[in-house]
Amino acid sequence: MSFEPLLTKHVREPNSFTLDFYLQHEGYDGLRKALAMKPEEVIDLVKASGLRGRGGAGFPTGMKWQFVDKKSPNPKYIACNADESEPGTFKDHLLMERNPHLLIEGCAIGCYAIGAKIAYIYIRGEFFHVQQVLERAIDEAYARGFLGKNVLGSGFDCDVYVHRGAGAYEAGEETALLESLEGKRAQPRNKPPFPAVVGLYGCPTAVNNVETLANVPIILMKGAEWYSKLGPEKNGGPKLFCISGHVKRPGVYEAPMTVTLGELINERAGGVRDGRTLKAVIPGGSSVPILLPTQLDTQASFDGVQKAGSLLGSAGIIVLDDTTCMVWLAENLLHFYRHESCGKCTPCREGTDWLYKILRKIERGAGQMSDLDLLTSVANNIAGKTLCAFGDAAVTPVLTTLKHFRHEYEAHIKEGHCTLPADWRARQGVATHP
Amino acid sequence: MSFHPKMTYGAAFHKSARDLDPDRDQGPPFEYTAENRARFDRIVQRYPDAQRRSAVLPALYLVQYQQGHITASAMRYVAGLLGITPADVEDVVSFYSMFYTKPVGRFVLQVCRTLSCALNGAERVTEELSAKLGIKPGETDPSGTFTLIEVECLGACDRAPVVMVNDAWHECLTPGDAAKLVDDLKARGEAALSGCHHVVEKK
Repeated sequence: MSFEPLLTKHVREPNSFTLDFYLQHEGYDGLRKALAMKPEEVIDLVKASGLRGRGGAGFPTGMKWQFVDKKSPNPKYIACNADESEPGTFKDHLLMERNPHLLIEGCAIGCYAIGAKIAYIYIRGEFFHVQQVLERAIDEAYARGFLGKNVLGSGFDCDVYVHRGAGAYEAGEETALLESLEGKRAQPRNKPPFPAVVGLYGCPTAVNNVETLANVPIILMKGAEWYSKLGPEKNGGPKLFCISGHVKRPGVYEAPMTVTLGELINERAGGVRDGRTLKAVIPGGSSVPILLPTQLDTQASFDGVQKAGSLLGSAGIIVLDDTTCMVWLAENLLHFYRHESCGKCTPCREGTDWLYKILRKIERGAGQMSDLDLLTSVANNIAGKTLCAFGDAAVTPVLTTLKHFRHEYEAHIKEGHCTLPADWRARQGVATHP
Repeated sequence: MSFHPKMTYGAAFHKSARDLDPDRDQGPPFEYTAENRARFDRIVQRYPDAQRRSAVLPALYLVQYQQGHITASAMRYVAGLLGITPADVEDVVSFYSMFYTKPVGRFVLQVCRTLSCALNGAERVTEELSAKLGIKPGETDPSGTFTLIEVECLGACDRAPVVMVNDAWHECLTPGDAAKLVDDLKARGEAALSGCHHVVEKK
């Protein structure tokens, strides 16, 4: 494959995060180009490129920007979603740590396009070391006139601020992110109205993922046509894939979306460890359905993975080998969702707790066959009955493992203990947490 | 109406009059140091004048860095600075997992327990740390040096298992090395940590 990485080309070089390095590699040329265009031309260009949001939903970014209410007398904002908390996802972490100026440039171009003067980068609280890199980079950009008043002499003012979250998965949901940014609990709002009309402080706001904004300077530099042709139709541009779990070389890998899951897992990440075999793959962060080893030829694009019955989501590919107990897996993820449910919608707040308790009971060998129907019933009473997508996300690990690995659940119940206790798990069962 | 049983509510009660949970650690009267006050004043300028409330998370971080955890007095102080009610601040403090309302140890060991870390031995790491320190997750050792907490996904799944110590990270911690990390922290402080992978790869 003759693909040359665009987002992560220089990330392994020691000074990749400095402004001097960035400027030696065409840094901020995209912003210069954008400032020479009219804002609506920039939006048209991004629309023509077909860039789809990299945060999970894959919504076209150009359309999102176009929906921002330009006629509103209120200020407009960009809220960059750097809350990266979907289990299995760590691409924005790498981008901000090694290539922060690409994001800052993307923020500035985004602000210019939608008529905003301020971009807030909402970074998760745990990324403190990344935040320090980012803030240093922002200071450099101010000092050299890429941010602040009258950017590069164009008359356009742009401020970029980093806002640190404090540990809440739900803050990654766009309206919950805005609530958190306003100094409240990270709980979602009812939609519509969408943030493009009523967003931060009630003003029109575009909420974009880090990787999405990092793609914008590349589109300005390479052109919409070149960009859209990189990859399958409607899935253009470079994509960062995060591969973790039971593989030899976990990490972030960049590729156009013509790549298959099998190529990513077996060639780029080195496949599963010696002596083990592949059992299943979660292709898009913890909240998407599982794919089986027979589906490795699936194209790792938004549409390709969807056709295979799952979602590309945030491209957090979690690889599971034959030592993984699927009941344990569901329990582990429901522990996560139970903990992270923001508590606003009753089905999710109460339901995730019940799902966890039932799974824990089965995993410990105290379950009964009727619990399997109970799991399905509780799950179906959460999905689609919540304000945000969290509810659907939380029940997916339960429903997908029940669908493909029901025999493992049944074996736990029949034998009265976990039938696949791996040596990497806790010795005393899952006794570490109540 | 489901009012809190410990609160005094009367006929003329308005929610803005609600005070904090009486069981909270009240703590001594709180005020920022001059340095932190200057930091706060800088931070608050990032937000529109009418939206000072946006600075509540940074303001609470400053409290936590200053005195280790967030007391009721500090919540009232922050509420006063931002022009919101103490209940608004308590609402935020009790929601986010990175704010502590009780004293914690000098080193807060936060072991990521979510899937990718667990697949690579995070449960074992927690067990080893727990055995070494003689405390369960959620507890602080008697000397006040270590607090052990299990946390959800930290976002470094390629360097699993990951442990966050205060604000710094230690990556690729194997269960066998967990006890050694405790000794190293005691001897060398945060310098014992491998850091985020930016630093790791330079070594």
